[in-house]
This record gives sequence, structure tokens and C-alpha cells, in this order.
Amino acid sequence: MQSPTLSGFEPDTHPAVLLTGGSRGLGAALGSELARRGAQVVLVARGEAELRAVVAGIRATGGVAHALVADIGDKEAIYPLVGAATALVGPIDVLVHDASTLGPLPLGELLDTECEDFGRVLDVNLLGPFRLTKAVVGSMLLRGRGLVLGLSSDAAVNGYPGWGAYGVSKAALDHLLRTWAAELDTSGVRFLSIDPGDMDTQMHADAIPAADRSTLASPADVAIRIADLIQSQTSIATGSRVELAIRGRVA
Amino acid sequence: MTATVWPRARRAQARMLHLDPGCGSMRDLHLDALPTLLQPGDLVVVNDAATLPAELRGTTAQGPVEVRLAGMGAASPASDEITSDSIWTAVLFGAGNWRMRTEDRPSPIVLARGDTIAFAADLHATVVRVSSVSPRLVQLRFDREGAALWAALYRVGRPVQYSYLCAPLALWHVQTLFAARPWAVEMPSAGWSLDAHLLRSLRQRGVGIASVTHAAGLSSTGDPALDALLPLPERFDVPEATVRAIERARAHRGRIVAVGTTVVRALEGCAAQNGCRLRPGPGVTDLRLGPGFVPRVIDGVLTGMHDPGTSHFVLLRAFVPGPLLDAATHHAETNGYRGHEFGDTCLALAE
Repeated sequence: MQSPTLSGFEPDTHPAVLLTGGSRGLGAALGSELARRGAQVVLVARGEAELRAVVAGIRATGGVAHALVADIGDKEAIYPLVGAATALVGPIDVLVHDASTLGPLPLGELLDTECEDFGRVLDVNLLGPFRLTKAVVGSMLLRGRGLVLGLSSDAAVNGYPGWGAYGVSKAALDHLLRTWAAELDTSGVRFLSIDPGDMDTQMHADAIPAADRSTLASPADVAIRIADLIQSQTSIATGSRVELAIRGRVA
Repeated sequence: MTATVWPRARRAQARMLHLDPGCGSMRDLHLDALPTLLQPGDLVVVNDAATLPAELRGTTAQGPVEVRLAGMGAASPASDEITSDSIWTAVLFGAGNWRMRTEDRPSPIVLARGDTIAFAADLHATVVRVSSVSPRLVQLRFDREGAALWAALYRVGRPVQYSYLCAPLALWHVQTLFAARPWAVEMPSAGWSLDAHLLRSLRQRGVGIASVTHAAGLSSTGDPALDALLPLPERFDVPEATVRAIERARAHRGRIVAVGTTVVRALEGCAAQNGCRLRPGPGVTDLRLGPGFVPRVIDGVLTGMHDPGTSHFVLLRAFVPGPLLDAATHHAETNGYRGHEFGDTCLALAE
């Protein structure tokens, strides 16, 4: 018998994936890549038109995808989101926290950051993933398998000027998943943080408008790397933080 | 029995009245004692159905109506093929709010086949059938399906409310820790008390934990003729892993403990349809757990505290001799046990 994949699922099954931030950038690319590999994906984002376009693209190539419009920073949105997603694709096998916000643009230093703006970044990048994980992981625990992925950033490790709220939220997200991994260590439910490196996305352009795009990785390439990781039989310890790229170059 | 007025913050902080049908004894305990009453190799089975926002307010040509979804598909044990998520069995309720007891509500307007109910600009339903037993029991077809339907249902609906509580319930109040597919129209309440710490304690004790999904139905309709039919046929799904876990436990003389009436209904209903053997997969059961019912799969049950006469209470008769159950009812009432959803618990299990 083949050893189980990182997500606990055999390569030929159709795992149910719930992915936030699915309308653009890496989220859209990863949703499409996982659907191409047979997963049933539910994509979540605030922007309905963009999200529907991504789902239509996946369906046009024979993939299974559903669009649910929600703001992950809204406490009231979480249980409706999980309920609807689970009704559509069954109990969630893989949960991907990709949605995040930088806060007001252009990025400003901490002394110029309004407390409310800092709070909003934490709502979307930290509290949303906490609430969503809490609503999904109990069912994974009963089934003894499942994977929760958080998209992180090198701003979670390094204190870059101007990236305060975002960096703090990502450091906290890493630690949230690390702690959850420790609590559910032998349960079969796994938690990973992935730092995808610098990518050519709208978010990157928002943060660093002057960046040389030719040095940035394409989200589609990074999505393939992450999908490979999810399907791999490698034994990355639960709670790990995986750095996919160094300084914009896919490693 | 006194009702709880609000869901407690610490779910597992409930009292547990342990009834031992073997020696006819009862003991006052707390739920955290559950692992000590079980043996390594025993198996606890929970219902992992999430609770739907089953209460919807709509308008019709004849006036406003409250609709409570009773289950997806048609209310017939013969129709276990669900081809579209847009067909639902539902019960109509008259005017009123959550503070009014269901039985005190006025009769709802009478709808006929072909009538439409508007819930929101983007959610309508057509009545496709009206029951001959009660005009309140109808079959609806929503005007959308898939993600559009589910998003609209979750936006428009809210969980079924209980008049004995001090405030309206939000969706998160009525979810168990392990809620997955939203099949239950009322909360599978016994499992609500299990928290992560208790599940860990059970595992550390060597007790297995398995699940079924059972579409727990409405507990009351306000119409005696319809209430007499309850529970309506309900969908269930028994995972293969659960069938294997039960067989393994029984092979080693482990006991099977159902958490809640709905688990009893799913497992015993499944066994009743397959010559006393469990078969993995989905089904629909109309099994009634009344007097004379003999459990084939389940050895014990953890349930909420229920008043005599309710179907939950009647179920206990299958596990506890009448005199002990009568004594336990008296004991619970005189010792301040809390009843109904979110209340205290009762374990019927021989040691």
C-alpha cells in the first residue's frame, strides 16, 4: 500500500478543498491547480465577479469548483461559509488560508498606522483563519486526517519597515498553526505554513509598485510547487514552516 | 424539568446522571467522568451533522409565513435518491417569534401546490406537494441550487429557536465541535457537550471515537396530527470506517455507546434494514424507537435530559428498565438537573 500523502489522501481521490483568497493571485492559481489534479474546490473571496471568473475557468476545463462570496474578516461569515462549502463538497479535507490584506496603501510605518487599520489586518489575516480552522478541524479530528495550510511571508520572520501590521499578522498565523500542530500532534490532522516567496501578483504590486516584475515568480509556478507538496508522500513535520523561494527566485 | 436558559461557555461542564441498567443503580456525576466509566476498546459514536439555518421567513400572496426545513428531499423512506439539493421537505408555522412556544402559535396560512414563497430577492420556493396528513407539511422546490442556494439559505435562514432560552441563538451556538455536512435541522444536542479536552481524555483512555451523519429532524410542529408522525423519515450516512470500528470493538467485547438519539436511529435503522448487520453508506430510516424496541448494535447511550413523554425519553426505555427510569426521572427533577437542549446529560450504560 502506498504511504499516505501529506494531506492524508491517496493521489487518486478527490479531496474537498476550501481555499480563501481564491479570486486572484496565488489563491486563484492554487485553486485551479488543485482542481486540475482532481480536487473538489470551494473558492472564497470578497470580489464576486473575479471569483466567478476563476470558477468558470476551472469548470471550463472539466474541474469541480464552487464560488462562495465572503469576507474572512467577518465573524458572522464563518459558519455560513463552512456549512455551505461542506454541503457542496463534503467534509473539508484541505483548508488553505490564502486570503490576506496588507491594510491601507501605500504601506506606512507603524507610528502612522491607525489602530483600527491594524485591527482590520488582524481580523482578516489572523482571526479569520483562527475562526475558520476552529469550524473545520473538529471534523478532521474525528476522521483522523486533514491538512491546514497557511500562506505566510518572509515579513513574518523579518521586521521590514512599513510591513508592521501584515508582518505581525503573518508571524501570528505561523504561530497559530504551529500551536495547533502541537495540540493535535498525533491526530492525523496536519498544519503547515508556507512562505511562497515574492510573486508577480496584485498584492505585490500594491506593496512594492516599483518592483521589477521580471524578478518575481509566477503564481502558477508557485501553485504547482504547493500542489506537489500537498500530494507528496514526504514526511514534513506537522507545524513546519516551509520556505518555497528565496528572494523571488523559485528554489 | 427546568430548562437551561443559555448555552454554557464550557460545553463539557454538564452534570451526568449515570444509570446502570445492569445493577439498577444511579449515580450523580459530571460529564468529565465519562472516560472513567468506559473501558479501553469501547467505542463512542457521535453524529457529525452540522445544524442548518432551518428557520426561514417568507412572504406569499396570502401573507407572511415561517418555514422550517425538515430535511432535504422528500419525506418518504422510499426516496433515498436525492437528485437535486433544491427539493426540501418543510413545515409551515404561523405568525409569532422565537419567544412563543411552537404549540401556542396560530395556524399558518394554507398553501396549495404551485404557490410560491419569496424569502429574498434571490431566493424563492414553489410548493410542489402538500401532505394529506397536515397542510403544514409541504414539499418545496427552491429556484436555485448548488452554491447559489446554499449561500442564500445561510444568508436568509437562522437556526431553529427555543422559547425557553433568554435570547435568540446564532448559528455558531448550535454546532458541535465536529460538525461537518449540514444535515440536521435541529442540533444533535447530546454531542454538543463534547469538547476537545473530553475527546482527548477518551482517546487517552483507549476509547475509540467514530461518527455517523444523521439528518436530525424537527422536534415539534405545533400540529398534533403531524407531531404524531415525528420523527419523519431521516437521511443517514454510516462511513465504512465506522462500520469497521464497530465490528472491531464488538470482536473484542467492546461496548458501543451512542451519543444522542440520532446516532441510535442511524445505526439501528441501518441494521434493521440489513438483517441486523451494518452496511456502510447512505440510507433513509423511518425506524421508531418506541416501547419494545430492542437495540442490536448499541449497548449504551449518552443523551440529554428529556421530559417523560418525549421521543428521546421513550428511547431510553430500550436501554433502561421502567422502574429505574421512573426513579431517575424523579431524582433528576428533585435534584435540579437541567433539561432540553444545552442541558445536563444522562448516561445509560451497564458497567
